Amino acid sequence: MRPERARVTGGEQIGPYTLLRVARGGIEPGIPGQFFMLEAPGRPLPRPMSLCLAPPGELEFLIDPIGPGTRALCALQPGDELAILGPLGNGFRLDVERPLLVGGGIGTAPLPYLSEALGSPPAILGFRTARHAEAARLVPNAEVVLEPTYVTEAMPPGHDVLACGPEPMLAAVAQLEPAAQLAWEAAMACGYGACYGCAVEVDGELKRLCVEGPVLAAEAVAA
Amino acid sequence: MMILNASGCLDALTAPAVARSLDAFVTKTVTPLPREGNPPPRIAEVEQGMLNSIGLANPGIDRFLSQTLPRLGELGVPVWVSVGGFTVADYADLCDRLDDRPEVEAIELNVSCPNVDDVPGSVGEIVAAARAATRKPLYTKLSPATADIAEVALAAQRAGTDGLSLVNTILGLALDNHTLKPRLSRGAGGLSGAALKPIALAAVYACYAATGLPIVGMGGIASGRDAIEIVAAGAASVALGTILFSDPDAPGRIRAELASEMAALAVGEADNVIGLAHAKTTAASETAAAAAALSVQ
Repeated sequence: MRPERARVTGGEQIGPYTLLRVARGGIEPGIPGQFFMLEAPGRPLPRPMSLCLAPPGELEFLIDPIGPGTRALCALQPGDELAILGPLGNGFRLDVERPLLVGGGIGTAPLPYLSEALGSPPAILGFRTARHAEAARLVPNAEVVLEPTYVTEAMPPGHDVLACGPEPMLAAVAQLEPAAQLAWEAAMACGYGACYGCAVEVDGELKRLCVEGPVLAAEAVAA
Repeated sequence: MMILNASGCLDALTAPAVARSLDAFVTKTVTPLPREGNPPPRIAEVEQGMLNSIGLANPGIDRFLSQTLPRLGELGVPVWVSVGGFTVADYADLCDRLDDRPEVEAIELNVSCPNVDDVPGSVGEIVAAARAATRKPLYTKLSPATADIAEVALAAQRAGTDGLSLVNTILGLALDNHTLKPRLSRGAGGLSGAALKPIALAAVYACYAATGLPIVGMGGIASGRDAIEIVAAGAASVALGTILFSDPDAPGRIRAELASEMAALAVGEADNVIGLAHAKTTAASETAAAAAALSVQ
Protein backbone atom coordinates (compact mmCIF):
# COMPACT_ATOMS: atom_id res chain seq x y z
CA MET A 1 0.00 0.00 0.00
CA ARG A 2 1.91 2.98 -1.28
CA PRO A 3 0.73 6.60 -1.58
CA GLU A 4 1.10 7.81 -5.18
CA ARG A 5 2.75 11.09 -6.07
CA ALA A 6 0.23 12.97 -8.20
CA ARG A 7 0.46 16.31 -9.97
CA VAL A 8 -2.04 19.10 -9.53
CA THR A 9 -3.56 20.08 -12.87
CA GLY A 10 -5.70 22.96 -11.65
CA GLY A 11 -7.93 24.45 -9.03
CA GLU A 12 -11.16 26.37 -9.12
CA GLN A 13 -12.73 28.55 -6.48
CA ILE A 14 -16.37 27.61 -5.88
CA GLY A 15 -17.78 29.86 -3.19
CA PRO A 16 -15.59 29.30 -0.11
CA TYR A 17 -14.47 25.91 -1.41
CA THR A 18 -11.69 24.86 -3.79
CA LEU A 19 -12.21 22.22 -6.46
CA LEU A 20 -8.73 20.68 -6.70
CA ARG A 21 -7.90 18.84 -9.92
CA VAL A 22 -5.25 16.13 -9.84
CA ALA A 23 -3.76 14.03 -12.67
CA ARG A 24 -5.23 10.57 -12.30
CA GLY A 25 -2.24 8.52 -13.51
CA GLY A 26 -2.91 4.89 -12.65
CA ILE A 27 -5.15 5.67 -9.65
CA GLU A 28 -8.60 4.04 -9.69
CA PRO A 29 -11.42 6.48 -8.87
CA GLY A 30 -13.31 3.83 -6.89
CA ILE A 31 -16.98 3.80 -5.88
CA PRO A 32 -18.84 7.03 -5.03
CA GLY A 33 -18.53 7.69 -1.29
CA GLN A 34 -15.07 6.14 -1.03
CA PHE A 35 -12.29 8.52 -0.08
CA PHE A 36 -8.63 9.33 -0.63
CA MET A 37 -5.98 10.57 1.77
CA LEU A 38 -4.42 13.74 0.33
CA GLU A 39 -1.24 15.24 1.75
CA ALA A 40 0.28 18.54 0.72
CA PRO A 41 4.09 18.66 0.88
CA GLY A 42 5.49 19.43 4.32
CA ARG A 43 2.37 18.56 6.32
CA PRO A 44 2.63 15.99 9.15
CA LEU A 45 -0.62 14.22 8.18
CA PRO A 46 -2.82 13.65 5.13
CA ARG A 47 -6.53 14.60 5.01
CA PRO A 48 -9.46 12.37 4.03
CA MET A 49 -11.38 13.62 0.98
CA SER A 50 -14.17 11.87 -0.86
CA LEU A 51 -13.94 11.95 -4.62
CA CYS A 52 -16.07 14.72 -6.13
CA LEU A 53 -15.72 13.99 -9.85
CA ALA A 54 -13.63 11.77 -12.11
CA PRO A 55 -13.41 13.30 -15.58
CA PRO A 56 -11.09 11.49 -18.03
CA GLY A 57 -7.49 11.55 -16.79
CA GLU A 58 -8.29 13.48 -13.60
CA LEU A 59 -9.58 13.20 -10.07
CA GLU A 60 -11.37 16.19 -8.52
CA PHE A 61 -11.79 16.97 -4.84
CA LEU A 62 -13.97 19.67 -3.28
CA ILE A 63 -12.10 21.03 -0.27
CA ASP A 64 -13.18 23.39 2.50
CA PRO A 65 -10.09 25.20 3.83
CA ILE A 66 -10.87 24.97 7.53
CA GLY A 67 -7.44 24.15 9.00
CA PRO A 68 -3.73 24.04 8.14
CA GLY A 69 -3.91 20.73 6.25
CA THR A 70 -6.87 21.67 4.06
CA ARG A 71 -5.54 25.21 3.54
CA ALA A 72 -2.25 23.73 2.28
CA LEU A 73 -4.19 21.54 -0.17
CA CYS A 74 -6.24 24.50 -1.42
CA ALA A 75 -3.06 26.54 -1.94
CA LEU A 76 -1.52 23.97 -4.30
CA GLN A 77 -0.78 25.29 -7.79
CA PRO A 78 -0.80 23.52 -11.16
CA GLY A 79 2.36 21.44 -11.40
CA ASP A 80 2.69 20.97 -7.62
CA GLU A 81 2.86 17.42 -6.32
CA LEU A 82 0.82 15.88 -3.55
CA ALA A 83 0.66 12.41 -2.00
CA ILE A 84 -2.55 10.48 -2.59
CA LEU A 85 -3.65 7.13 -1.15
CA GLY A 86 -6.87 5.40 -2.12
CA PRO A 87 -9.62 4.73 -2.88
CA LEU A 88 -10.34 3.75 0.74
CA GLY A 89 -13.36 2.68 2.78
CA ASN A 90 -16.83 1.58 1.75
CA GLY A 91 -18.83 3.69 -0.70
CA PHE A 92 -22.54 3.95 -1.42
CA ARG A 93 -24.57 0.94 -2.56
CA LEU A 94 -25.82 1.85 -6.02
CA ASP A 95 -28.60 -0.76 -6.23
CA VAL A 96 -31.35 1.74 -5.36
CA GLU A 97 -34.64 2.18 -7.19
CA ARG A 98 -35.69 5.78 -6.41
CA PRO A 99 -32.51 7.61 -5.41
CA LEU A 100 -32.62 11.00 -3.72
CA LEU A 101 -29.30 12.67 -2.94
CA VAL A 102 -29.19 14.85 0.18
CA GLY A 103 -26.23 17.05 0.99
CA GLY A 104 -25.28 19.69 3.53
CA GLY A 105 -22.42 22.16 3.11
CA ILE A 106 -19.10 20.51 2.25
CA GLY A 107 -21.03 17.23 2.42
CA THR A 108 -21.91 18.06 -1.17
CA ALA A 109 -18.40 16.83 -2.07
CA PRO A 110 -19.15 13.15 -2.95
CA LEU A 111 -22.53 13.88 -4.59
CA PRO A 112 -21.45 14.96 -8.11
CA TYR A 113 -19.66 11.62 -8.70
CA LEU A 114 -22.57 9.76 -7.07
CA SER A 115 -25.07 11.64 -9.24
CA GLU A 116 -23.13 10.64 -12.34
CA ALA A 117 -23.17 6.97 -11.30
CA LEU A 118 -26.94 7.04 -10.65
CA GLY A 119 -27.97 8.95 -13.80
CA SER A 120 -28.54 12.41 -12.30
CA PRO A 121 -31.31 11.67 -9.78
CA PRO A 122 -33.01 14.52 -7.87
CA ALA A 123 -30.96 16.14 -5.09
CA ILE A 124 -31.62 18.44 -2.15
CA LEU A 125 -28.72 20.51 -0.89
CA GLY A 126 -28.61 22.71 2.17
CA PHE A 127 -26.12 25.51 2.75
CA ARG A 128 -25.38 28.20 5.31
CA THR A 129 -25.18 31.04 2.78
CA ALA A 130 -25.72 31.75 -0.92
CA ARG A 131 -21.93 31.83 -1.29
CA HIS A 132 -21.58 28.28 0.04
CA ALA A 133 -24.49 27.27 -2.24
CA GLU A 134 -22.36 27.98 -5.32
CA ALA A 135 -21.21 24.35 -4.90
CA ALA A 136 -24.72 23.25 -5.91
CA ARG A 137 -23.85 23.82 -9.54
CA LEU A 138 -21.71 20.63 -9.40
CA VAL A 139 -24.84 18.52 -8.77
CA PRO A 140 -27.46 18.20 -11.55
CA ASN A 141 -31.19 18.37 -10.67
CA ALA A 142 -30.45 19.95 -7.29
CA GLU A 143 -32.92 21.95 -5.22
CA VAL A 144 -31.13 24.30 -2.84
CA VAL A 145 -32.30 25.37 0.61
CA LEU A 146 -30.53 27.96 2.74
CA GLU A 147 -30.50 28.24 6.53
CA PRO A 148 -32.77 28.58 8.43
CA THR A 149 -34.51 26.06 6.15
CA TYR A 150 -33.19 22.53 6.57
CA VAL A 151 -32.91 19.78 3.95
CA THR A 152 -35.24 17.58 6.00
CA GLU A 153 -38.03 20.14 5.45
CA ALA A 154 -37.64 19.74 1.68
CA MET A 155 -37.20 15.95 1.45
CA PRO A 156 -40.08 14.23 -0.35
CA PRO A 157 -41.04 10.83 1.10
CA GLY A 158 -40.73 7.50 -0.72
CA HIS A 159 -37.13 7.72 -1.90
CA ASP A 160 -33.90 5.80 -1.34
CA VAL A 161 -31.93 8.51 0.39
CA LEU A 162 -28.15 8.78 -0.02
CA ALA A 163 -26.82 11.60 2.15
CA CYS A 164 -23.64 13.35 3.21
CA GLY A 165 -23.37 16.33 5.52
CA PRO A 166 -22.77 17.50 9.08
CA GLU A 167 -23.67 15.15 11.92
CA PRO A 168 -26.89 16.91 13.02
CA MET A 169 -28.15 16.80 9.44
CA LEU A 170 -27.37 13.08 9.10
CA ALA A 171 -29.07 12.38 12.43
CA ALA A 172 -32.18 14.27 11.26
CA VAL A 173 -32.18 12.42 7.91
CA ALA A 174 -31.85 9.09 9.77
CA GLN A 175 -34.94 9.96 11.83
CA LEU A 176 -36.99 10.51 8.68
CA GLU A 177 -35.49 7.72 6.58
CA PRO A 178 -34.12 4.84 8.69
CA ALA A 179 -33.09 2.99 5.50
CA ALA A 180 -30.96 5.88 4.22
CA GLN A 181 -27.29 5.46 3.38
CA LEU A 182 -25.25 8.10 5.19
CA ALA A 183 -21.67 9.18 4.50
CA TRP A 184 -20.06 10.35 7.75
CA GLU A 185 -16.98 12.39 8.48
CA ALA A 186 -14.40 12.06 11.26
CA ALA A 187 -10.92 13.33 12.04
CA MET A 188 -8.61 10.66 10.67
CA ALA A 189 -4.82 10.34 10.57
CA CYS A 190 -4.33 7.32 8.30
CA GLY A 191 -7.49 6.24 6.45
CA TYR A 192 -6.63 2.53 6.55
CA GLY A 193 -7.44 1.38 10.08
CA ALA A 194 -4.08 2.04 11.73
CA CYS A 195 -4.60 5.10 13.92
CA TYR A 196 -7.96 4.38 15.61
CA GLY A 197 -8.62 8.12 15.46
CA CYS A 198 -11.89 8.10 13.50
CA ALA A 199 -14.05 6.35 16.08
CA VAL A 200 -17.82 6.65 15.62
CA GLU A 201 -20.61 4.84 17.42
CA VAL A 202 -21.92 2.06 15.16
CA ASP A 203 -24.44 -0.48 16.48
CA GLY A 204 -23.76 0.83 19.98
CA GLU A 205 -19.98 0.39 19.81
CA LEU A 206 -17.15 2.76 18.91
CA LYS A 207 -15.76 1.60 15.57
CA ARG A 208 -13.33 2.95 13.01
CA LEU A 209 -15.15 4.97 10.37
CA CYS A 210 -12.44 4.35 7.77
CA VAL A 211 -12.90 0.57 8.08
CA GLU A 212 -16.67 0.32 8.68
CA GLY A 213 -17.65 3.36 6.58
CA PRO A 214 -17.58 6.17 5.70
CA VAL A 215 -20.97 5.18 4.25
CA LEU A 216 -23.12 3.50 6.90
CA ALA A 217 -26.74 2.40 7.04
CA ALA A 218 -28.77 4.97 9.00
CA GLU A 219 -30.15 2.35 11.40
CA ALA A 220 -26.60 1.26 12.38
CA VAL A 221 -25.63 4.66 13.74
CA ALA A 222 -26.85 6.15 16.98
CA ALA A 223 -28.79 9.30 16.18
CA MET B 1 18.68 -4.20 12.96
CA MET B 2 14.92 -4.68 12.85
CA ILE B 3 12.19 -2.30 11.75
CA LEU B 4 8.98 -2.63 13.76
CA ASN B 5 5.83 -0.56 14.14
CA ALA B 6 5.17 1.39 17.30
CA SER B 7 2.31 -0.15 19.29
CA GLY B 8 -1.05 1.31 18.34
CA CYS B 9 0.13 2.62 14.98
CA LEU B 10 -0.89 -0.29 12.76
CA ASP B 11 -3.63 -2.92 12.62
CA ALA B 12 -2.01 -5.95 10.98
CA LEU B 13 -5.39 -7.52 10.27
CA THR B 14 -6.73 -4.56 8.26
CA ALA B 15 -3.35 -3.86 6.59
CA PRO B 16 -1.54 -7.23 6.37
CA ALA B 17 0.75 -6.10 3.55
CA VAL B 18 2.10 -3.28 5.71
CA ALA B 19 2.60 -5.68 8.63
CA ARG B 20 4.52 -8.08 6.39
CA SER B 21 6.88 -5.27 5.37
CA LEU B 22 8.08 -5.14 9.02
CA ASP B 23 10.56 -7.42 10.77
CA ALA B 24 8.08 -7.80 13.62
CA PHE B 25 4.55 -6.54 14.27
CA VAL B 26 3.74 -4.99 17.65
CA THR B 27 0.05 -5.17 18.64
CA LYS B 28 -2.05 -2.38 20.01
CA THR B 29 -1.91 -2.60 23.81
CA VAL B 30 -4.09 -5.39 25.20
CA THR B 31 -5.68 -4.86 28.63
CA PRO B 32 -7.40 -7.36 30.96
CA LEU B 33 -10.91 -6.19 30.00
CA PRO B 34 -12.23 -4.80 26.70
CA ARG B 35 -11.94 -1.03 26.35
CA GLU B 36 -13.89 1.14 23.95
CA GLY B 37 -11.36 3.91 24.21
CA ASN B 38 -11.97 7.63 24.56
CA PRO B 39 -14.81 9.46 22.82
CA PRO B 40 -13.96 11.33 19.60
CA PRO B 41 -12.32 13.59 18.58
CA ARG B 42 -9.25 11.51 19.34
CA ILE B 43 -6.61 13.02 17.08
CA ALA B 44 -5.39 16.47 16.11
CA GLU B 45 -2.60 17.65 13.87
CA VAL B 46 -0.20 20.11 15.52
CA GLU B 47 2.99 21.83 14.45
CA GLN B 48 5.53 19.12 13.63
CA GLY B 49 3.34 16.23 14.68
CA MET B 50 0.03 15.08 16.05
CA LEU B 51 -1.81 14.46 19.30
CA ASN B 52 -3.75 11.29 19.96
CA SER B 53 -6.03 10.27 22.75
CA ILE B 54 -7.29 6.85 21.74
CA GLY B 55 -7.38 5.51 25.30
CA LEU B 56 -6.19 1.92 24.77
CA ALA B 57 -9.20 0.78 22.74
CA ASN B 58 -8.83 -3.01 22.51
CA PRO B 59 -10.89 -6.22 22.71
CA GLY B 60 -9.47 -7.34 26.09
CA ILE B 61 -7.21 -10.34 26.68
CA ASP B 62 -9.92 -13.04 26.37
CA ARG B 63 -11.06 -12.04 22.90
CA PHE B 64 -7.49 -11.17 21.90
CA LEU B 65 -6.32 -14.71 22.72
CA SER B 66 -9.28 -16.49 21.16
CA GLN B 67 -9.85 -14.35 18.06
CA THR B 68 -7.07 -11.89 17.26
CA LEU B 69 -3.87 -13.76 18.11
CA PRO B 70 -4.58 -16.88 15.98
CA ARG B 71 -5.15 -14.64 12.96
CA LEU B 72 -1.98 -12.63 13.69
CA GLY B 73 -0.08 -15.91 13.90
CA GLU B 74 -1.06 -16.71 10.32
CA LEU B 75 0.50 -13.52 8.93
CA GLY B 76 4.00 -14.93 8.84
CA VAL B 77 5.46 -12.00 10.78
CA PRO B 78 6.85 -12.33 14.32
CA VAL B 79 4.28 -10.91 16.75
CA TRP B 80 5.13 -8.81 19.78
CA VAL B 81 2.17 -8.31 22.11
CA SER B 82 1.92 -5.03 23.96
CA VAL B 83 0.17 -5.36 27.31
CA GLY B 84 -1.15 -2.74 29.72
CA GLY B 85 -2.79 -3.01 33.10
CA PHE B 86 -3.96 -0.97 36.04
CA THR B 87 -2.35 -3.01 38.80
CA VAL B 88 0.89 -4.98 39.09
CA ALA B 89 -1.17 -8.17 39.17
CA ASP B 90 -2.78 -7.24 35.83
CA TYR B 91 0.62 -7.30 34.11
CA ALA B 92 1.54 -10.62 35.72
CA ASP B 93 -1.76 -12.16 34.66
CA LEU B 94 -1.51 -10.87 31.07
CA CYS B 95 2.06 -12.20 30.72
CA ASP B 96 1.07 -15.52 32.27
CA ARG B 97 -1.71 -15.97 29.71
CA LEU B 98 0.61 -15.14 26.80
CA ASP B 99 3.47 -17.30 28.06
CA ASP B 100 2.45 -20.57 26.41
CA ARG B 101 1.24 -19.06 23.14
CA PRO B 102 3.62 -19.98 20.31
CA GLU B 103 2.41 -17.05 18.17
CA VAL B 104 4.02 -14.61 20.63
CA GLU B 105 7.65 -13.73 19.96
CA ALA B 106 8.00 -11.10 22.68
CA ILE B 107 5.95 -9.05 25.14
CA GLU B 108 6.10 -5.29 25.45
CA LEU B 109 5.07 -3.91 28.83
CA ASN B 110 3.28 -0.61 28.25
CA VAL B 111 3.84 1.14 31.55
CA SER B 112 3.55 4.57 30.01
CA CYS B 113 0.26 5.27 28.21
CA PRO B 114 -0.43 9.00 28.64
CA ASN B 115 -4.14 8.63 27.81
CA VAL B 116 -5.52 6.70 30.76
CA ASP B 117 -6.15 7.98 34.25
CA ASP B 118 -5.30 4.96 36.37
CA VAL B 119 -1.60 4.98 37.13
CA PRO B 120 -0.08 1.53 37.60
CA GLY B 121 2.49 0.68 40.25
CA SER B 122 6.19 1.32 39.99
CA VAL B 123 8.00 0.12 36.88
CA GLY B 124 10.28 -2.14 38.88
CA GLU B 125 7.38 -3.95 40.54
CA ILE B 126 5.54 -4.40 37.24
CA VAL B 127 8.60 -5.80 35.46
CA ALA B 128 9.43 -8.14 38.34
CA ALA B 129 5.88 -9.51 38.37
CA ALA B 130 5.87 -9.91 34.58
CA ARG B 131 9.29 -11.56 34.68
CA ALA B 132 8.04 -14.14 37.16
CA ALA B 133 5.06 -14.90 34.92
CA THR B 134 6.75 -15.50 31.55
CA ARG B 135 9.88 -16.75 29.86
CA LYS B 136 9.14 -14.68 26.73
CA PRO B 137 11.49 -11.77 26.02
CA LEU B 138 10.21 -8.68 27.84
CA TYR B 139 10.56 -5.16 26.49
CA THR B 140 9.52 -2.36 28.83
CA LYS B 141 8.12 0.75 27.15
CA LEU B 142 8.92 3.90 29.06
CA SER B 143 7.61 7.43 29.04
CA PRO B 144 10.06 10.28 28.44
CA ALA B 145 7.96 12.41 30.82
CA THR B 146 10.10 11.72 33.86
CA ALA B 147 12.93 13.54 35.59
CA ASP B 148 15.50 10.79 35.03
CA ILE B 149 14.54 8.12 32.52
CA ALA B 150 17.84 6.29 33.01
CA GLU B 151 16.86 5.63 36.64
CA VAL B 152 13.57 4.10 35.50
CA ALA B 153 15.41 2.04 32.89
CA LEU B 154 17.84 0.76 35.54
CA ALA B 155 14.91 -0.23 37.76
CA ALA B 156 13.43 -2.18 34.84
CA GLN B 157 16.80 -3.81 34.20
CA ARG B 158 17.22 -4.86 37.84
CA ALA B 159 13.72 -6.36 37.73
CA GLY B 160 14.63 -8.48 34.72
CA THR B 161 13.54 -6.74 31.54
CA ASP B 162 15.31 -8.00 28.41
CA GLY B 163 15.09 -4.71 26.58
CA LEU B 164 13.54 -1.25 26.45
CA SER B 165 11.09 0.39 24.05
CA LEU B 166 11.80 4.12 23.95
CA VAL B 167 9.77 6.27 23.87
CA ASN B 168 6.02 6.52 24.35
CA THR B 169 4.29 9.78 23.50
CA ILE B 170 4.39 12.79 25.80
CA LEU B 171 1.30 14.81 26.80
CA GLY B 172 0.45 17.83 24.71
CA LEU B 173 -2.54 20.11 24.29
CA ALA B 174 -4.03 21.75 21.20
CA LEU B 175 -6.76 24.38 21.28
CA ASP B 176 -9.43 25.09 18.70
CA ASN B 177 -8.82 28.18 16.56
CA HIS B 178 -12.20 29.73 17.25
CA THR B 179 -13.40 28.43 20.61
CA LEU B 180 -10.00 28.13 22.34
CA LYS B 181 -11.27 24.86 23.83
CA PRO B 182 -9.22 21.62 23.67
CA ARG B 183 -9.50 19.95 20.27
CA LEU B 184 -9.46 16.46 21.77
CA SER B 185 -12.46 15.30 23.78
CA ARG B 186 -10.23 14.30 26.66
CA GLY B 187 -8.28 17.55 26.67
CA ALA B 188 -4.62 16.64 26.32
CA GLY B 189 -3.22 13.77 24.23
CA GLY B 190 0.03 12.04 23.35
CA LEU B 191 2.36 14.07 21.14
CA SER B 192 4.11 12.12 18.39
CA GLY B 193 5.82 12.78 15.08
CA ALA B 194 8.82 14.97 14.28
CA ALA B 195 8.46 17.00 17.50
CA LEU B 196 9.14 13.85 19.55
CA LYS B 197 12.41 12.90 17.83
CA PRO B 198 14.92 14.91 19.91
CA ILE B 199 13.17 13.73 23.08
CA ALA B 200 13.40 10.11 21.91
CA LEU B 201 17.08 10.50 20.99
CA ALA B 202 17.87 11.89 24.44
CA ALA B 203 16.02 9.03 26.16
CA VAL B 204 17.72 6.36 24.05
CA TYR B 205 21.10 8.00 24.56
CA ALA B 206 20.68 8.12 28.35
CA CYS B 207 19.25 4.60 28.72
CA TYR B 208 21.85 2.99 26.47
CA ALA B 209 24.63 4.57 28.51
CA ALA B 210 23.00 3.54 31.80
CA THR B 211 21.91 -0.02 31.00
CA GLY B 212 23.46 -1.31 27.76
CA LEU B 213 20.14 -3.12 27.18
CA PRO B 214 18.82 -3.70 23.64
CA ILE B 215 16.58 -0.75 22.80
CA VAL B 216 13.77 -0.39 20.27
CA GLY B 217 14.01 3.30 19.42
CA MET B 218 10.95 5.25 18.32
CA GLY B 219 9.61 8.78 18.24
CA GLY B 220 9.42 10.80 15.04
CA ILE B 221 11.37 8.34 12.91
CA ALA B 222 10.34 9.17 9.33
CA SER B 223 13.45 8.64 7.20
CA GLY B 224 16.59 6.56 6.93
CA ARG B 225 18.51 9.48 8.38
CA ASP B 226 16.23 9.56 11.44
CA ALA B 227 16.67 5.80 11.84
CA ILE B 228 20.45 5.94 11.74
CA GLU B 229 20.46 8.75 14.29
CA ILE B 230 18.41 6.85 16.85
CA VAL B 231 20.58 3.77 16.28
CA ALA B 232 23.70 5.87 16.82
CA ALA B 233 22.14 7.11 20.07
CA GLY B 234 21.90 3.48 21.18
CA ALA B 235 18.87 1.75 19.65
CA ALA B 236 19.38 -1.77 18.32
CA SER B 237 16.07 -1.65 16.41
CA VAL B 238 13.74 1.05 15.17
CA ALA B 239 9.96 1.36 15.39
CA LEU B 240 7.78 3.51 13.16
CA GLY B 241 4.70 5.31 14.46
CA THR B 242 3.15 8.47 13.08
CA ILE B 243 4.92 8.11 9.71
CA LEU B 244 2.88 4.96 9.05
CA PHE B 245 -0.29 7.09 9.04
CA SER B 246 0.84 9.20 6.09
CA ASP B 247 3.05 6.60 4.42
CA PRO B 248 2.12 2.93 4.81
CA ASP B 249 5.09 2.17 2.56
CA ALA B 250 7.49 3.70 5.11
CA PRO B 251 9.12 0.42 6.28
CA GLY B 252 10.40 -0.42 2.79
CA ARG B 253 11.33 3.16 2.00
CA ILE B 254 13.22 3.67 5.27
CA ARG B 255 15.04 0.36 4.84
CA ALA B 256 16.25 1.53 1.42
CA GLU B 257 17.18 4.99 2.71
CA LEU B 258 19.04 3.38 5.60
CA ALA B 259 21.12 1.34 3.15
CA SER B 260 22.09 4.55 1.32
CA GLU B 261 22.95 6.27 4.58
CA MET B 262 25.12 3.33 5.64
CA ALA B 263 26.94 3.35 2.31
CA ALA B 264 27.54 7.10 2.53
CA LEU B 265 28.96 6.77 6.05
CA ALA B 266 31.09 3.76 5.08
CA VAL B 267 30.40 2.06 8.40
CA GLY B 268 29.49 -1.40 7.13
CA GLU B 269 26.47 -3.04 8.76
CA ALA B 270 23.77 -1.15 10.64
CA ASP B 271 24.76 -2.96 13.83
CA ASN B 272 28.13 -1.18 13.69
CA VAL B 273 26.28 2.09 14.20
CA ILE B 274 24.57 1.08 17.47
CA GLY B 275 25.73 3.48 20.16
CA LEU B 276 28.18 5.26 17.86
CA ALA B 277 27.14 8.60 19.34
CA HIS B 278 28.75 7.47 22.60
CA ALA B 279 32.14 6.64 21.12
CA LYS B 280 35.00 8.84 22.26
CA THR B 281 36.53 10.35 19.15
CA THR B 282 39.59 12.53 18.68
CA ALA B 283 39.61 15.51 16.36
CA ALA B 284 41.87 13.53 14.02
CA SER B 285 39.55 10.53 13.82
CA GLU B 286 36.55 12.81 13.23
CA THR B 287 38.39 14.40 10.33
CA ALA B 288 39.25 10.98 8.93
CA ALA B 289 35.64 9.84 9.27
CA ALA B 290 34.36 12.97 7.58
CA ALA B 291 36.86 12.51 4.76
CA ALA B 292 35.79 8.89 4.36
CA ALA B 293 32.14 9.96 4.25
CA LEU B 294 32.86 12.60 1.64
CA SER B 295 34.92 10.29 -0.52
CA VAL B 296 32.03 7.89 -1.03
CA GLN B 297 29.43 10.53 -1.86
